[in-house]
Amino acid sequence: MRDKILYIIGAAAVILLARDLYLITGFPPERNQGVIFKIIFFHVPMAITALTCAMVAFLSSILFLITKNFKYDALAVAVTEVGLAFLAGNLITGSIWGRVAWGIWWTWDARLTSALVCWLLYAGYLMLRNAIEEPTQRATFAAVFSIFAFIDVPIVIFSIKWWRTQHPQPVFWGGGSFPPDWKAVFGWQMLAVLMVGVVFTMVRLRQEEFQREIDSLRRMAHAL
Amino acid sequence: MAFVQQVLVVMAKDLRAELRTKEAINASLSFALVVLLLFSFAFDPSEETTREISGGLLWIVFAFAGTLLLNRSFARELGNDCLDALISAPIPGSALFLGKALANYVLVLAVELIALPLFGVFYNVRWTSQFWQLMMVIALATWGMTVTGTIFSALTVNIRLREVMLPILNFPILIPALLGAMQLTSALVAGTPITAANDSWLKMLIGFDVMYTAVSVFLVETVLVGG
Repeated sequence: MRDKILYIIGAAAVILLARDLYLITGFPPERNQGVIFKIIFFHVPMAITALTCAMVAFLSSILFLITKNFKYDALAVAVTEVGLAFLAGNLITGSIWGRVAWGIWWTWDARLTSALVCWLLYAGYLMLRNAIEEPTQRATFAAVFSIFAFIDVPIVIFSIKWWRTQHPQPVFWGGGSFPPDWKAVFGWQMLAVLMVGVVFTMVRLRQEEFQREIDSLRRMAHAL
Repeated sequence: MAFVQQVLVVMAKDLRAELRTKEAINASLSFALVVLLLFSFAFDPSEETTREISGGLLWIVFAFAGTLLLNRSFARELGNDCLDALISAPIPGSALFLGKALANYVLVLAVELIALPLFGVFYNVRWTSQFWQLMMVIALATWGMTVTGTIFSALTVNIRLREVMLPILNFPILIPALLGAMQLTSALVAGTPITAANDSWLKMLIGFDVMYTAVSVFLVETVLVGG
C-alpha cells in the first residue's frame, strides 16, 4: 500500500516537473535579468521545502520525546537529511544566480548567511547522530538538539537581517511583480518540488526502518 | 527556597573542585593567551584596525576558551561514576543543570575578565571608556554561551568525539548571540555607547538568554536520563 502511494506521488511529481520545465523554457526571458531569472522556479521552492522539512523535523522530535515511539525518530532523521539536501540545492542555485546577476559566487548577505547557518545547524544534528551508538540515547539527544536548532532558525534569520541585507526583495511579498501565468506555473512547481521532498523522505524513512530491523536481528544473532 | 539552595550547593561543589585542581581554567587561560598572540600575526596590530575588529577578536577568544571550560563541566563527573551519583541525587535535574551552568558562568567570566585587559595591553587599545555597558554585554552574551554550552556538555559527555562535538553543536546555535555581542563590543570599545540605533542587539541577547535558559531547564531532565 505504502509503496503504491510512493510510486503514485513519484510519478505525479515527475510528470509535473516535466510539464513545468516545458512551460518555463517557453517563457520569454525576464526584462532585466534575462534567462537566469528562471532559476527562481527551482531556487524558491527548494527553500520552502527545506523550511517545511525543518518544521516537520521539529514536530516529530517533540512527538518522539513525548511518545518515545521510534517511528518519529526515523521520520525526524529522514526529513532532516532531505531538508539538508534541498537547502544545499537552494544555496547552490542561489550561488549560480549570484554569479550571473551580481558577478560573484558568494556574498555575506543576510539570506545567504542565514541559509548557511541553518545548513550548519542541521549538519550538526546529523553529526551528533553519527557519534552516538545506543539507539535510545541517539534518538533522545538528537530530538533535543533538533528542538534547539529549530528555535534558533528565526533568531538567526532576524539577527542576520539586522546585520546586513543585499538579497533582492522577495518577488511575492516584497512588492515585485510576477505575471499571472508565471505565478500559476510557480505554484505547480512548488507542489512538484514538495512532492519530490515527500518521496525522498518516504524512501529514506523506509531505509531507516530496515536499518532498525537489521540492527535488531543482529542483536538477536549475537544473543544466541 | 530549597531549590535555590540545591543550585548553590551544586555550583559551590563545581567551583571548589575546579579551583582545587585548576586544570580547566589554566588550560582555558593559556589557550586564550595563545589565540590573542596569534591574532597579532594575522593583521597589522595598529590601534585603529584593532579597535574596529575588537568585538570579533574578543568573542572568538572568549568562545574558544569558554568551550574548553564547558567541555570539562560534565566530563569531570565521568570518573568514579560521579555523573550517575549526581543524577540519582535527590535534587531535580534543573537544579543540577543551573548549578553547573552558574559555576561555568563564573569560570568563563573569570577567564574573559583576565583576557580583556590583556587584550588592551597587547594591542594598545583603551577599552574602558564604556566600561559598565561593556560589562553588561559580556555578562549577557556569556550567559547565553554558558547555558547552551552546559546543556550540550551534558549531551555530548558520553559520546564519541566529545571534545569535537561540543563546538560543532554549540557554535552554530550561538551565532546570533555571538554576532550581537561582536557588534556591541566593537562599538563599545570604540567608545560609542549603546543607543536606540543598536539596542536591538541588546534586546536580542536578552531574548536569546531567556529563551535558551527556559528550553534548557525544561529539557535537561530528558538529557540526563536519556543517556
